Amino acid sequence: MKVLKIFIILFLVTSFSGLKFAEASDVLKNKILKNVRCLICQGQSVYDSESEFASSIKLIVDRKINEGLKEKQIYQFLREKYGDWVIFDPQLNKNTYVLWLLPLLLFLLGGAIIKKKLKN
Amino acid sequence: MLANQIGYYSLILGLLLSVLLCGVSIKDFNNTNKQINQNILSLSFLQLVFVIVSFLSLIISFINSDFSNETVFNNSHTTKPLFYKISGTWGNHEGSLLLWLLVLTLFIFLFLVKSREQPKKYRILTLLFQQIIIIGFFLFVLMTSNPFNYLFPIPNEGLGLNPILQDPALAIHPPILYLGYVGTSIIFSSSLAAVTQNYVSRQWGQHIKKWVLVSWIFLTIGIMLGSIWAYYELGWGGFWFWDPVENVSLMPWLTLTALLHCIVVLERRAALTSWVVILSITTFTLSMCGTFLVRSGILNSVHTFANDPARGIFILVFLFALIVLSLGIFFIFHKENSKSSNNFFWLSRETFILINNWFMMYFLSVVLIGTVYPIFLDVISSEKISVGPPFYQKLIVPFLIPFLLFMSLGPRLKWIKSKIENKNSLIITFIISVILTFFIIKNLTTDLLFYTVLISAAFFLFFTTLKELLIKKFNNISQTISHFGFSLLILSILFNSILSSEIITNIQIGERYDYDKGEIFFKKIEEKKESNFKSIIASFEIKDKNGKTIELKPEIRIYNQPIIITSEADIRTTLLEDKFLVMNLVKGNEYFNIRYQIKPFMVWIWISVLLLSLGGLMSLFKRKI
Amino acid sequence: MKNKFSLFIIVIFLSFCFVIFYKGLNTPNNYTPKINEKKNIPIFKAKVFNSDSYINSDEIFEENIFYIVNIWASWCVPCRTEHPLLMQLSKNESIKLIGLNYRDNFDNAKKFIDDFGNPYSRILIDKDGTLGVEFGAYGVPETFLINKNKNIIKKFVGPINQEIVNEIKLIIK
Repeated sequence: MKVLKIFIILFLVTSFSGLKFAEASDVLKNKILKNVRCLICQGQSVYDSESEFASSIKLIVDRKINEGLKEKQIYQFLREKYGDWVIFDPQLNKNTYVLWLLPLLLFLLGGAIIKKKLKN
Repeated sequence: MLANQIGYYSLILGLLLSVLLCGVSIKDFNNTNKQINQNILSLSFLQLVFVIVSFLSLIISFINSDFSNETVFNNSHTTKPLFYKISGTWGNHEGSLLLWLLVLTLFIFLFLVKSREQPKKYRILTLLFQQIIIIGFFLFVLMTSNPFNYLFPIPNEGLGLNPILQDPALAIHPPILYLGYVGTSIIFSSSLAAVTQNYVSRQWGQHIKKWVLVSWIFLTIGIMLGSIWAYYELGWGGFWFWDPVENVSLMPWLTLTALLHCIVVLERRAALTSWVVILSITTFTLSMCGTFLVRSGILNSVHTFANDPARGIFILVFLFALIVLSLGIFFIFHKENSKSSNNFFWLSRETFILINNWFMMYFLSVVLIGTVYPIFLDVISSEKISVGPPFYQKLIVPFLIPFLLFMSLGPRLKWIKSKIENKNSLIITFIISVILTFFIIKNLTTDLLFYTVLISAAFFLFFTTLKELLIKKFNNISQTISHFGFSLLILSILFNSILSSEIITNIQIGERYDYDKGEIFFKKIEEKKESNFKSIIASFEIKDKNGKTIELKPEIRIYNQPIIITSEADIRTTLLEDKFLVMNLVKGNEYFNIRYQIKPFMVWIWISVLLLSLGGLMSLFKRKI
Repeated sequence: MKNKFSLFIIVIFLSFCFVIFYKGLNTPNNYTPKINEKKNIPIFKAKVFNSDSYINSDEIFEENIFYIVNIWASWCVPCRTEHPLLMQLSKNESIKLIGLNYRDNFDNAKKFIDDFGNPYSRILIDKDGTLGVEFGAYGVPETFLINKNKNIIKKFVGPINQEIVNEIKLIIK
């Protein structure tokens, strides 16, 4: 009897965590798919597209998540196959330092100018 | 046929009139008469008439499906409905340039009519600068983008218009957008004229404010129409994609908004003159730059017109010539006001407007750099990257928090020197905002801290402006309504984004799909034939938890020329939420792929933009104090 | 002085932008992924056409010769135009062709091969398109040239033409 109870509890726990796992991975999957460009569409993300390329990518991302790859690794995988262009979020690397930092620099510069102006 | 000839020669005459106008104006400039030569007004009107005639000729060619005209051939088809034959006139590169010319000539004529109390030399110079732009565009059209090219032998049928462009919102989106976008030309020209005449003063500020408001209102509504079209027509349920062409319309809006605020300062205190001139130049420059980016083929986008590097080079040279001219004039003629008037006390309305400029310029830099950086990177190192929504969201959204707070405080401050009145009520409002936000969203999102701060800031602006409206402080009502509209916009966008849900599934006819909030039943499909497409109309019954049922009928359309398959979403809009259903064919199956989205507060996004514009409209018609 | 300095900076900056935009107009806009870096062939397992068995990538590419991986489908119209050229290439001794049947129906694919000939030493099945993704393909037809070191040295998007065939022949000599 006790063994049966333990077995039932274990079963419920694992199936429940399995459910949670599916939910969590769904959220992650959608997050990734929204960040991948559908290369045969006009500016759509893979998430938004029903094209064949998009469905292939959806399967691949699903597979990679189930293999345990993290988000960054999946992006890296897709970048290796298709180039940086396929990911909408420009990664911070030597190509994109200016892209990310220049607006922030300008913001600080603007702040400094205003402060100087007010001090006068 | 005849329309073609008339259209073409009208353009030539318009160009000749430009030259004539310049000559007459230059002569009149040194004339000692106090009033401007009346001939100038008549000539300007005549120029406008010629452009209108040319534009109408193109419309007539489209209506008649006159395929001896190359533009009509490329962009129309006999089976197109009349409304879209007409709107197809400006849905292409050549036709939209006629729209540019129309707005350019219309605005300068209206300017001359409405500026009679202004100094004569200033008016003439405005005309001259505007004519430089007009001549540039006439040359551009006649040399690289003639809408009246002949085709021989005359084809029987045209190539058709992309069906996703056959939509009412998209038909009126260009004219309205251009009234704003191209309308900034008059601000450009008049600012340059004012600088050369050392006329950047309070009086000039009061006069130019109307023009800034008109452009701003049209630009705001034009951008909104583009978003509405994207939402209803593109079928993904989004309304802003940070697509290069969208960004290109947003950038002048940002500088124009900053300019509007600076004009308010200029009106009152004759300060921020440099800002006003630079922003005027920048706004139109960004419009031109946008035209360059979209029409030259340098950027890839769903929006771009046909690629043609020759056109690109023309606009590029034209654009930089204008920049050099305007900056040159600024540096040579601009006189900085006396130091004292540009010193602001740190706690004053002027300072907060300066802070507004600071944030606006930052947002502008994010959008501008995000849009053009891929070009720079590609040229310099042949690397291709995408700059998509995550970039813009990461850099803009966090800065909205201080921006909203400054926006709440600024209008409460007095000019020159102020202290914060009613500190206690402000603090209470702030605390209420935070608590309210926390309780609303605590179960809705994982990013609790970030969203709490952001939404609280939006609520803070919402409540402070609402309070002003309710206690009937009418002295600045137009500004309050606009700021209230802005807070509502941020709130709608945030709540819509947090609360939206989507179901994607494949479903067969007769199948029922259960989801957590209800059930979707795929009832039936029927086929219909229209003049230029065949459609498969599906009928879905969506039942929610309370048993209420609605019917949604998304369509799949197969157009005949060009052969394109589109999905038309069916959207049920209420004040509370939009229910959005779109359907796609799944290859080789009897299954259909559907996406069902529940989007709360969607319509409030449009309403809040309308409120934003309403404030501007009210300011336009306010009697001068 | 400050004005002159900022003017100078602005002039330099504007000239720089002008040059960049001018050059940008002349660079081609279609996205063709760089194939300068040699990429290794992906490691995969695929189902073999006409049988129930699976095969590993190292088995497929085991010989010390050049390989071509050609992604095709019976429903793909441009594949038909390039097919005779593939037949031509298959007669070359220094190269073997591997076909990737992409999102296709077995009967239609078989008919395609029976009707138009089989240039492939092996045909693999890619029913859901995921194998194509491993190669970095996004449509059909696409063709990859693989050298003896098992690197992908060339990628051709769209149907191959005589020019491309000549280029390949030159490389594999």
